[in-house]
Order: sequence, then structure tokens, then C-alpha cells
Amino acid sequence: MKYLYYPGCSLEGTAREYDFSTRAFMQEVGVELLEIKDWTCCGASAAEAISPLLSLALPACVLAMAEAMDGAEDILVPCSACYLNLKKVEEKSRKDADLLGRINTVLKEEDLHLSGQLNVRHLLDVMATDVGPEKIVTRLKNPLVGMSIAPYYGCQALRPYVVFDDPETPTSMEPIIKATGASIHQWDMGGKCCGAAHMSTKQDVALELVAAILKEAKGADAIVTVCPMCQMNLEAYQGKINSMMNEDLSIAILYLPQLLGLSIGLSEQDLHLSDNLSNLDAFRQKLQ
Amino acid sequence: MNQLEEIVTEVGPEPVLEPVFDPLASVRKKVNACIQCGTCTGSCPNAFAMDLTPRQLWYNVLMGEKETIFHSKTFSLCSVCYYCTLRCPRGLPLTEAMSELKQIAVKENPDLYKLSIRFYQNFLESVRRHGRVREMEFMTLFFLSMMNPFLPLKFTWLGMRLMAKGKVSPEIPSKGRGAFEALFRKVEELEKN
Repeated sequence: MKYLYYPGCSLEGTAREYDFSTRAFMQEVGVELLEIKDWTCCGASAAEAISPLLSLALPACVLAMAEAMDGAEDILVPCSACYLNLKKVEEKSRKDADLLGRINTVLKEEDLHLSGQLNVRHLLDVMATDVGPEKIVTRLKNPLVGMSIAPYYGCQALRPYVVFDDPETPTSMEPIIKATGASIHQWDMGGKCCGAAHMSTKQDVALELVAAILKEAKGADAIVTVCPMCQMNLEAYQGKINSMMNEDLSIAILYLPQLLGLSIGLSEQDLHLSDNLSNLDAFRQKLQ
Repeated sequence: MNQLEEIVTEVGPEPVLEPVFDPLASVRKKVNACIQCGTCTGSCPNAFAMDLTPRQLWYNVLMGEKETIFHSKTFSLCSVCYYCTLRCPRGLPLTEAMSELKQIAVKENPDLYKLSIRFYQNFLESVRRHGRVREMEFMTLFFLSMMNPFLPLKFTWLGMRLMAKGKVSPEIPSKGRGAFEALFRKVEELEKN
């Protein structure tokens, strides 16, 4: 299995453990990743708030660069914001030839051209649909028996494009988490918003949203995420939230490939567990 | 984007139509079929913090209440979670309409939305210069543009933790090679009309 790989800006910086763990896990299960050469920013949520054309042109550049690579048909994207931005261009350019023309007018300035032949796939889609639980079961070295894991999907991997899971009550993580021997913490918060960029610009609002998620996760040993924004929001403000709620809601937050990687024998160093901002002590103890 | 609407200025055997420039026209087109059911408000995770609920906002859009809309906190509180878009019984592109209001707000009332606008603009400035976001650079530009000496302090704790783990490198803002200058200029040119 081969995929073009688009890490995105966050995975180079604040979410680098997501990048390392994704690459390590994929290598272990025999999936080849071809990083898009000289890739650029997808625009995140910034472009959309300022300029409609820019919010399409920036991800279109990435798709055009990927097309020029000519190595696979699918682009694997771990970050949900990048995924949605790229997917939006994929969907809209296929339906609206005039829009595609307008986008290509802009892309020409950078000597790029988009034809729209590649498929944009979220990392979770690839893990759940293509990789599947069997590849984990056959490689199981450290079964996570006794661990209760709360799967957190966030918003943009599920909505508005309904591709690989239910947009309101998602379950796609469950078979692969169960394959590790862990059990699923049953809750309704899997697809509920983490507050996204509000954590920087309207923090009091975002803290309420995260507090509600952490409260429902009580009893689980960890929450696993598939998006750098969600991961940051859930793990970096637990101290503040504990004071706000007058309750200890601290919990380990891991990226999904980190959890899966642990079960198939990858080391904490391979998975860059020390980069996580949440306190992993209780989680580590349970790993023994 | 055609923002010229024709309104009737005189009724009678020969009504007179006059073009009027209305920035809300395109947004109104998106929500024209709104039946005010309130599903959007019920689905919105940020509604609790809003002055106008989403449903009320769409009503104001339909009524053309520009002043009310661009003095409200509503659209800037949208976290783009797409719940409303998913559930709207009329299938309206509500999240897109919110984004469009954000885009118009940048021009209509920049002072009220200064924090968000500066945040996004500085993010894009970093992309314009380097092709990718340099997180430290963009935050530095953001703090400088806000000219509020207390603002950086809100992020100090998180920034230090990230730097300690080597997840963010301290970088001085640099002009870079203008990586995306041509693209940004073209977009500005095309969007001027």
C-alpha cells in the first residue's frame, strides 16, 4: 500500500509526535508514505475567515504539487483541518468547472495546475478502512488489556463530507482500538467540538467546550485523537480546567497512532511519547 | 460575486428599478430558504456564548439588518464544526454563510473583530513569506500588531512548555523569499471586483 503524504504545518512543529508516530506505525504495518515535495500551507482556518478564493487556492496548490509527484492515487492527511481544506477543493473543483478554472488562474502564478484526479483521505479513514484491525492483531506484542480508551474524532474529519463514518455518532476507531486488546469508553462526546481556534482568541468559550469533553471522559485511561488542534486543546489546558471546574479532570491524551504503535511493540521513543503535553504517568503505570 | 440587487423605488404602471450595493446579498441567497426552525441553534456548541443565536442571526440576514449583524459576536464565535450544516432540514450551507460574514466583517467593522482578524492576517502573512506557517513568527507578528503588552503573557506558559519540548523554535520574523507573493497578489487582484 502506498500513499502520498501531506503532514501539514502543525506536524512539523507543535504536533510533531503525530508525524513521528504516524510514520512509525505505517512503516511497521507495511504502508509506504511518499511525502509531497516542498509542500505548502493549506490555509488552516485563517484563509477562510479572510478570503474565499485564498481558502481554495492554498489547498489547491498542495493538490497540484501532489499530482505532479505521480506516485499514488490517494493523499493521506493526518490533520483534520488540512484534510477538510484539501477535500473541499477536491469536491468543489469536480462539481464546478468555472471554479476550477478560477483556481487554476491563480495557480498559474506559481507554475502549478490542478486537474483534480487525486483522492484526499484522512489518516483515520486509511487506518480504519485500508489497514484494518487484522494487521494490528497479527502484530500484537503488548496487548492493552484492562485499558479503557475514549475515542475522540473531532469535527472536521467527520463533517460536512461524510466519507468513512457516521457524522454524529462515529465508531470507526472502535475496531482498531479493540484490536489492541483495549476496551472502548462509551460516551457521546466523540464528535463534539473542542473549540478549535477559539482556544487562542476566545479562550473562556473553548475551555467550557473542553471541560464538557473531559468530564464525560472520566473513568477512561486515555482519550485518543486524530487532529493536532483537538490534541492541543484537550491536553494543554487541563490545569486551568481543573481549577475552573473545581474537579480533577486530568487524563492522558494520545494520538491514535501512538496508542496503536504501543500495542504492536513500538517504543515510547519511536512514538515520541515524551512530546505529549498531558500527564502520562498514570497511563504509563497501567501499561506495565 | 454579484452584490448588486435591484430594488423597486416606485410602484405603479412602470416600476423603477435601481441597483443597490448590498454586501449581504450573497449571504442572503445562501439562507433564503430558512424556515427559522432553530435546529442550527440547538446544534451549535458555541450558542451559549452568543448574543444573537444562529437562528436569530439568519433572521437578521434575511431582514438585511447589517448594523445588528456586524455588531454581534455570533459569527466570530463559529468554530466551523459543521453541525448546523449537517442537520439543517433545508440543507442550507450555514457554516459557509458564517465564513462569508467573517469575510465581510473584515471590511465592515474591523475594530470590533480586531483580535480575530489580526490573528488570521498574521497567520497568512507567515504563509505569504515562507509557504508554511512559522508558529513562533506568526505569534510574534500577532502580538506586535495588537500592541497590547499583556496579550503575550496569556500565552507565555504554553509557549514555554512547547519550547522546552522542542516543539516550537524561537524564530525572528524574516521577510523570507516571498514564497507565495505571486499567488497572494493574484488573489487580491481577482477579488477586487
